[in-house]
Amino acid sequence: MLRGIIIAVLTIGIAGTAFWGYQEHKEKNAILQNAENNYQRAFHDLSYQIDLLHDKIGTSLAMNSRSSLSPALAEVWKITSEAHNDVGQLPLTLVPFNKTEEFLANIGNFTYKAAVRDLDKEPLTDQEYQTLQKLYKESANIQNDLREVQHTVLENNLTWMDVELALASGKENADNTIIDGFQTVEKTVESYSETEFGPGMVSMQKDDDQFKKLKGKTITQKEAVSMAKKWAAPRGKKVETKVTENGKGSHFGFYSISMEDRGTRTESSMDITKKGGYPIWFIASREVKKQSISLNDASNKAIAFLKENRFTNLDLFESAQYDNTGVFTFIGSQDGTRIYPDSIRVKVALDNGDIIGFSAEDYLKSHHSREIPEARMSAKEAKTKVNPNVKIMEEGRSIILNDLNQEVLCHEFTGVLGDDTYRIFINAESGAEEKVQKLENAEPIYEDAV
Amino acid sequence: MKSFLKLFAILVFIAALIPCSSFTQKAEAFSNQVIQQGAVGDDVIELQSRLQYLGFYNGKIDGVFGWGTYWALRNFQYEFGMEIDGLAGQTTKNKLVKASKYNREHVKEQLNKGNKFTHYGGTDIKKQAAPKGANKPAPQRGNQGAPKNNTAPAPAKVTAANKPNGFSQNDIQLMANAVYGEARGEPYTGQVAVAAVILNRVESSTFPNTVSGVIFEPLAFTAVADGQIWLTPNETAKKAVLDAINGWDPTGSATYYFNPDTATSPWIWGRPQIKRIGKHIFCK
Repeated sequence: MLRGIIIAVLTIGIAGTAFWGYQEHKEKNAILQNAENNYQRAFHDLSYQIDLLHDKIGTSLAMNSRSSLSPALAEVWKITSEAHNDVGQLPLTLVPFNKTEEFLANIGNFTYKAAVRDLDKEPLTDQEYQTLQKLYKESANIQNDLREVQHTVLENNLTWMDVELALASGKENADNTIIDGFQTVEKTVESYSETEFGPGMVSMQKDDDQFKKLKGKTITQKEAVSMAKKWAAPRGKKVETKVTENGKGSHFGFYSISMEDRGTRTESSMDITKKGGYPIWFIASREVKKQSISLNDASNKAIAFLKENRFTNLDLFESAQYDNTGVFTFIGSQDGTRIYPDSIRVKVALDNGDIIGFSAEDYLKSHHSREIPEARMSAKEAKTKVNPNVKIMEEGRSIILNDLNQEVLCHEFTGVLGDDTYRIFINAESGAEEKVQKLENAEPIYEDAV
Repeated sequence: MKSFLKLFAILVFIAALIPCSSFTQKAEAFSNQVIQQGAVGDDVIELQSRLQYLGFYNGKIDGVFGWGTYWALRNFQYEFGMEIDGLAGQTTKNKLVKASKYNREHVKEQLNKGNKFTHYGGTDIKKQAAPKGANKPAPQRGNQGAPKNNTAPAPAKVTAANKPNGFSQNDIQLMANAVYGEARGEPYTGQVAVAAVILNRVESSTFPNTVSGVIFEPLAFTAVADGQIWLTPNETAKKAVLDAINGWDPTGSATYYFNPDTATSPWIWGRPQIKRIGKHIFCK
């Protein structure tokens, strides 16, 4: 009797567990399939976009009328961006695929620049035409390689989940057709990096010669530490310091100093260039519990601080309060002209006015003594180029970095359109509208709707 | 005797309070600070309310000194023949207080309730408020004549926040989630560094162009893969993200980082290393 009951209970138990296990298994498979399908979509979409890219570059080559060339180039630009997006959805982060992505980005930049310029006034040069032809051939090769991978995937029912598992376990050397295929694409592209995109493109790609404009003697580690101590703990006593030098991958030399002040419970770090001993950035982390000085007092402290550290010719440009800290942006100023690339940021604690942050990376990279050219166009003339609906409140002159990463002299107008404030830059040479910036308003704090 | 002394002390105290309270009536409007663009808080609420009372400011009274407030203040300074600097210093504040009225209780009540409201002069103030979500102004209970007592006013709720150009509070939240999931045990600088790497990737042409695209790129961050990104981030992570967005990059423009103790991929060791912060090595 008792045995019968136990057997019955156990049987039900086992059957129940089996059923539950089967349900779990089904659910897991459904989720895996879902993830797999997302990868498949991104992958097939990518090869489709590359097909399309090749075709569109081809059609733009065959075009004669300039009025149809611009939209065709814009189309190419759009496709590269879509393809770029697809790559971002594939688990390829650990596969060397950057050359291909860079190549796509370069095609995008090239076509964008050609598409937005007035081709009637400035038609494609012979060199640019040749570049386009070359891109046509090169995209054909990428297309071919990708189609091959696609074919193998479809033929052998390969799954991206396997790729992901292989990559996540670090065994990417294991035989995996998909990864191999992408590596082939990458190798193909590598040989294209020589493609001549024209003079503008050089500056589009991020220049790596950072901090080349710095002057001064090389400082020793000791000097760096004593400087950092002065910054981090003007009133601290128990300070522990650690110094390291830059790694081999860095293009310039610097010391990293981290300090811990037990007395004030402040943890601060700082990087200082070896050449000249310039502070690149400084961060002190501590709690700022309450506000006891105003943002205006804090901005004066920041100004005094810059003066003390011999950063001159800077104007306070923007200030903002985040909780109990004030963040101030300073930009360079020379003969009444604002120099936007030379920017420095200072963060001040609003409880005692101490400097708790400093960042001069942009300033150190770009600052040099400049010849400010004469404006060929007067401010009055430039004003006529501004949208007449904008009510101009302030005007001045400034040097900004334009789309091509070149410094240009502009007439700057700050104005109001509707409820929003805009900053408009008109090139003082050509009268072109270099940049229109919408200045952000404060964002409402969204509260939980419940 | 003792109780008499006590009573006397109280009387003296009250006597001292009376002139004081009538004096503070004036000074209570605004604190002593010079209010400048970017400031947040009670003084800004009062500044906006007073400028709105005079019709210079038509935006929302939210307690953040933004561009709208800036132009309103400059117009006020222009109309009243003052030096136009866009700063609310002592002279400007005195002029404002003289020229306008400020119904502190009304404004604070509306702000704390999250209502839509305005503070124009010449119109019945009760008609200028609508509860959140309602279209018609609803009748307000009580509070007529605004009883004047000496209790220190509680600070009103500021209903907006400064934000760096191009990033919303939600972007910041998402990044804070990622930073917290990836680097919550790291020193503060290490957290800023992780946020900076996310931003460097957004800038780079070989990574997706949005914050969410970078964070959710498959296999890019372990915290995303194992779900740690959905832990609730602390304030430190948020501050670190703000610092990174505001231009602090402790990594020297790195786009990769890894933990040498747990990194499984041999490939990542091949990247040019820039520096080490805490447990992470940052590389190009």
